[in-house]
Amino acid sequence: MESLALQIFNGLSTGSILLLAALGLAFSFGLMKVINMAHGEFIMIGAYVTYFFQAFLAVPLRGAQGPKEGLVFLLSIGAAFLITGLVGFLLEMTLIRRLYGRPLDTLLATWGVGLILQQLARSYDSRNLPVTSPKWLVGAWMATPDLALPYKRLFIIALAVICVVLIYLFLYRTRNGRRIRAAMQGREMASCLGVATRRVDALTFALGAGLAGVAGSALTLIGQIGPQLGTTYIVDAFMVVVLGGVGSLPGTILASVLIGVFNSFLEMSTTATLGKVLVFVLIIAFLQWKPQGLVALRTRS
Amino acid sequence: MKLQARLTQATRIVFALLFMMAVSMSSLSAITITAQEETIKVGILHSLSGTMSISEVTVKDSTLMAIEEINAKGGVLGKKLEPIIEDGASNWDIFNEKAKKLLLQDKVAVVFGCWTSASRKAVKSTFEDNNGLLFYPVQYEGLEQSPNIFYTGATTNQQIVPAVEYLIKEGKKKVFLLGSDYVFPRTSNTIIKEQLKALGGETVGEEYVPLGGTEFSTILAKIREAKPDVIFNTLNGDSNVAFFKQFTDAGYTAESLPTLSVSIAEEEVASIGVEYLEGHLVAWNYYQTVDTPENTTFVAAFKAKYGENRVTSDPMEAGYFGVYLWAAAVEKAGSVEVDAVKAAAGGITFAAPEGTVTIDGDNQHTYKTVRIGIVREDGLIDTVWATEAPVKPDPYLCTYEWAAALPKPEGGCK
Amino acid sequence: MPENRSVQRWIIRWIPLLVILFGATVILPTILSSFEINLLGRFLTYAIVAMGMDLLWGYAGMLSLGQGLFFGIGAYCFGMYLNLEAVGPKMPEFMGLYGVTELPWLWQPFRSPVFAIIAAVVVPMIIAAVIGFMVFRSRVQGVYFSIITQALTAIIALLVVGQQQLINGTNGITEMKTIFGHSLAEDGTKRALYIVSALTLAGVFILCRWLVESRFGRLLISIRDDENRLRFVGYNPTLLKMIVFSISAGIAGLAGILVVPQVGIISPKQLDIAASIEIVIWVAVGGRGTLVGAILGAMLVNIGRSQISTANPEIWQLIMGALFIGVVVLFPNGIIGAFKGLFTTIRARLSPRTSGSSIPVVQSVNQA
Repeated sequence: MESLALQIFNGLSTGSILLLAALGLAFSFGLMKVINMAHGEFIMIGAYVTYFFQAFLAVPLRGAQGPKEGLVFLLSIGAAFLITGLVGFLLEMTLIRRLYGRPLDTLLATWGVGLILQQLARSYDSRNLPVTSPKWLVGAWMATPDLALPYKRLFIIALAVICVVLIYLFLYRTRNGRRIRAAMQGREMASCLGVATRRVDALTFALGAGLAGVAGSALTLIGQIGPQLGTTYIVDAFMVVVLGGVGSLPGTILASVLIGVFNSFLEMSTTATLGKVLVFVLIIAFLQWKPQGLVALRTRS
Repeated sequence: MKLQARLTQATRIVFALLFMMAVSMSSLSAITITAQEETIKVGILHSLSGTMSISEVTVKDSTLMAIEEINAKGGVLGKKLEPIIEDGASNWDIFNEKAKKLLLQDKVAVVFGCWTSASRKAVKSTFEDNNGLLFYPVQYEGLEQSPNIFYTGATTNQQIVPAVEYLIKEGKKKVFLLGSDYVFPRTSNTIIKEQLKALGGETVGEEYVPLGGTEFSTILAKIREAKPDVIFNTLNGDSNVAFFKQFTDAGYTAESLPTLSVSIAEEEVASIGVEYLEGHLVAWNYYQTVDTPENTTFVAAFKAKYGENRVTSDPMEAGYFGVYLWAAAVEKAGSVEVDAVKAAAGGITFAAPEGTVTIDGDNQHTYKTVRIGIVREDGLIDTVWATEAPVKPDPYLCTYEWAAALPKPEGGCK
Repeated sequence: MPENRSVQRWIIRWIPLLVILFGATVILPTILSSFEINLLGRFLTYAIVAMGMDLLWGYAGMLSLGQGLFFGIGAYCFGMYLNLEAVGPKMPEFMGLYGVTELPWLWQPFRSPVFAIIAAVVVPMIIAAVIGFMVFRSRVQGVYFSIITQALTAIIALLVVGQQQLINGTNGITEMKTIFGHSLAEDGTKRALYIVSALTLAGVFILCRWLVESRFGRLLISIRDDENRLRFVGYNPTLLKMIVFSISAGIAGLAGILVVPQVGIISPKQLDIAASIEIVIWVAVGGRGTLVGAILGAMLVNIGRSQISTANPEIWQLIMGALFIGVVVLFPNGIIGAFKGLFTTIRARLSPRTSGSSIPVVQSVNQA
């Protein structure tokens, strides 16, 4: 019983990580049809921001050891969102803007951006960088004597939920959110009604990038911070979005949880490599059956 | 023509010019002849870019330091050594290409390089076919003996086998094997399983993650079920960071469940984070803390050259003394000719930072002292157990009875 | 004089090819060192893969991120044969490490070189046809095709890395000594392999040229430009796409045969997604939809890499990144396109009467 519960928890946890990694893509790819291959590197930037916060800001403020440590980490998540968002915004203004309607070209150009960002990170320091997690996130909650649920994983699940809620509030309760929805559903019409579609594009892309930054910040809790960080997640993140149904936020959420749980169970009964392969095969098989993904918003033209 | 169009045109031309300049400049720099006096060309072949650069750049640094030291003392056979550095780019195919370049185009006398077994296997044929010479500085899975390679890192009986003996001696009999999914962990674990059987231990689990994998929740669940005394860790690179973070979060400590790692040295400890590793065990031949006069000099020289915050590690040390062993063999042979150097190499001894190292003429490996270490608070590693004398290398484990049943390539044991 | 003209056209078309071929196969081998020839021979095989990619992407508008996979499969097939030729009646050395005592059934047929060569071409073709059938049937287009092929590449790379006992996992297959009895380390063998690569490249070029100039080629372009219209006028785009995907996979497999003896190793690194995306950049740099551009791009990028990475390994990644961006933003038609553009401008300047709009530079590619 405990092991079953643990597997479900692990699945949810993996799913929440995937969700954080894929949420940004749901914006850039799902809404704007931009194949952002530099998304992984945006995640990496988020992780580096967290590192810089800790290395150069937290310690001088006596935060790493002192009572503010948790606050510094939470602040660094916010900073990762803003800074990565800014990078995304600049990228949209200088490059992506020229490539709308040419999704394959965005794929190539952003791959190039990814290569450059990776190399910059490597030139800064080719080693993995250490990030200390806040003390209150170390350890595990013993749900039962045999069921240890690590606080960090609980935190990441919570963070994913918070992100989703905030996105919904933003899209459905704010003016800018409404503009984004309008522009993505019918650009011409939105533009006729006075929505500055160009600005909305930049905003949407920046939002996607910012979410990648949050993912990167969260990933420092459980993984390495290094130039290769992004490459680990990029293919998985794309599969989440494609499986979920492009442009569908509920689909993205459902897909990440499903992939997480399936991965966890398949890995338990086979091996890590085989588990991953089987999940991929299942996804592709499913897409054969339902090319629009789990939640189909519109048909693919 | 509109201004904007003109601007775009201008950017295009500038861009094209820049690219052409970059290509032509680099080809020019390749052609420029730098050698004024007669030198001996030696190659250094490591990944300076890509995933493996994290580790390999450090070995390149210590190898270069040894070359400079030798040059400062007057070189080899009265000639200066001229290092030619090539980037393997963490890609085995490029290792192969660059090995060919070093041997055929630059005609180097010897190459110091490679880290992963895959890169060594990729260049092995090239060195054999062209009768080149490679000094390989990293611990590996054994079961190999190329006539054109000298192995200055540990083979299995100088690292893994004594590590398992140590664990059994300490009463850690239930062992969980965890590794990245590639040749070194797989081969090592085959050996460990056989050894545990013979020594009365037990393998309670064996798991592999894909190279670079960072998700360990399920594997930790498997570990929890298996209830081992110790985890024998052959994970590689980035996966180690994720594993130790998640391991600590699952509520484990070095006291409740110690791990013994064979791919984590001082350099890696720093990037994983000391707080996750403090108290865990590692097995190598050299640590920065090793107490020999040679090591004091080595560490001081390295820090003086590359910076106070740098650490020294086992592969770096092996890369360093490899140059000295080769130089001594060349002096003895009176020539850089590969066959002559090979013939002269047997029995060559050098007072390395780890203690005395000697080339075993039979299998071209090195006698090395084995040390089990424990990660301490400042990220350096203390020796908790060491062999009294350097251990004779036995890449095919021919002298171990229990190893008779192991799969071995043909012609391993005579 | 129609006859005269056709002769003239024939000369204009094929003489440059013959001259280049003569230069490449007869003159170059005498002036370059055997190391350089070996390197160049390898780049020629990359040019072959690039041409298959161009057929698929430049003409039919399908950006496959799995060409590296087909290239790799071809290389694995022939690599297995070369490995067996090297070990003779024994087993490949690595199998001993894992305790495999009998040659696995998968390896058995690869003792025959003929089988290995056929498999190297046919296996990628079959895989591509099956994937193509599945993917195109559900009318997956454009970027989805790219993402699916990318995922597929990721899966197979993972699988290959996990197959230690069978194909030596990450290490890949090494230990190749001879090809049909000739030592791979010998200069003569290297030169011969280079010449065979050059001739194969020429052959593949002629094949692709013939394909794109035929009715088939025009259908390909119409797939790229407006697939639905093609469907409405009664063609079956699914079948066409399957065929062209399969052909390009076969071409990549063929290149795989040639690359393995020149490199002496095939490892899962070749099945990496990055490797597949790099093939795209070769085509894009040269100029998509031109075939010649694919060759030019593959050669230039790889020569650039081998030169620059020696002098400054860190810079190469940045240049590579800049190339991807530059080629998309500034030179959508690559080098060939840039030259054509320059040519047009000059001609327009020289003769102000003709407006320079008559040159059919591929413009619509961008809308792929």
